[in-house]
Amino acid sequence: MTKLAQWLWALALLGSAWAALTVGALGLELPSPCREVLWPLPAYLLVAAGCYALGTVGYRVATFHDCEDAALELQNQIQEARADLARRGLRF
Amino acid sequence: MASMEAGVTPAKSRREPEGRPSARDKYSVLLPTYNERENLPLIVWLLVKCFSESGFNYEIIIIDDGSPDGTRDVAEQLEKIYGSDKILLRPREKKLGLGTAYIHGMKHATGNYIIIMDADLSHHPKFIPEFIRKQKESNFDIVSGTRYKGNGGVYGWDLKRKIISRGANFVTQILLRPGASDLTGSFRLYKKEVLQKLIEKCVSKGYVFQMEMIIRARQLNYTIGEVPISFVDRVYGESKLGGNEIVSFLKGLLTLFATT
Repeated sequence: MTKLAQWLWALALLGSAWAALTVGALGLELPSPCREVLWPLPAYLLVAAGCYALGTVGYRVATFHDCEDAALELQNQIQEARADLARRGLRF
Repeated sequence: MASMEAGVTPAKSRREPEGRPSARDKYSVLLPTYNERENLPLIVWLLVKCFSESGFNYEIIIIDDGSPDGTRDVAEQLEKIYGSDKILLRPREKKLGLGTAYIHGMKHATGNYIIIMDADLSHHPKFIPEFIRKQKESNFDIVSGTRYKGNGGVYGWDLKRKIISRGANFVTQILLRPGASDLTGSFRLYKKEVLQKLIEKCVSKGYVFQMEMIIRARQLNYTIGEVPISFVDRVYGESKLGGNEIVSFLKGLLTLFATT
């Protein structure tokens, strides 16, 4: 099964469960506070997922390592390499 | 993963011989180049230094795609300096893409492990011994460098680029669940037969090619180890991330999402 199919299956499953409960297709009479929460639930979930995504990406951007040391080390090694290669007769 | 490593630690003395350079293992570094006249001697110098210090058996295969800037001339000089057993030139007439460059290079590789990396100095050879150690640790089929874990990171990226990179990585992880943290990186070690198999299976190009390699590896049940690396953005020459790359990345991501 492709990743797309997995997503579609999961969405269809959750979606139909939600639809069945909200329209009362199963003959279940949910108490009205439950129904009031259930009806806009997909929208809440969407917003929550969006917040999670933004929060996660934001945190990871903020904590993305800046490798100053690696850059400095490389610059020094480049000098060393140029000198050594020139000594061995390389024409740049 | 952590528990596994913890389980192995007490037997360190037993594991150590494996960690030492083995006489049979040979590492072929594939360096595809296009207009890398400035960088090529430096990366080769760093590679030679790294391998002679760590004592692993190696060769460097330079695949130049007909660079107009004289990369090939520099490569020939390097071959003279370091010897044609260490530096192998396998140029091609024109620019033909990364996947075919690896196939071309691999045909001439005598090592049983292949290391692929960029020749523009963004990947530092000092990580190679860590890749090799990691590979030996659990006999991984692939070891991939990662900018997104542990001490890994980048240098020379502005905020916009970091956001794009992290955002793209997040979406990729959600959609593809690949089991590796850095899909677009191209600093990796492969068992030779594994790389051969993967290249046969892969159809995409550019950034997406690197991503597809990991996804196909998962499909074929190959094991993947990861080593944090620092990515120092191109010192000489221009960096290559533009609007076009982003569009082709998204296309590739969706293709993989729908087909794998």
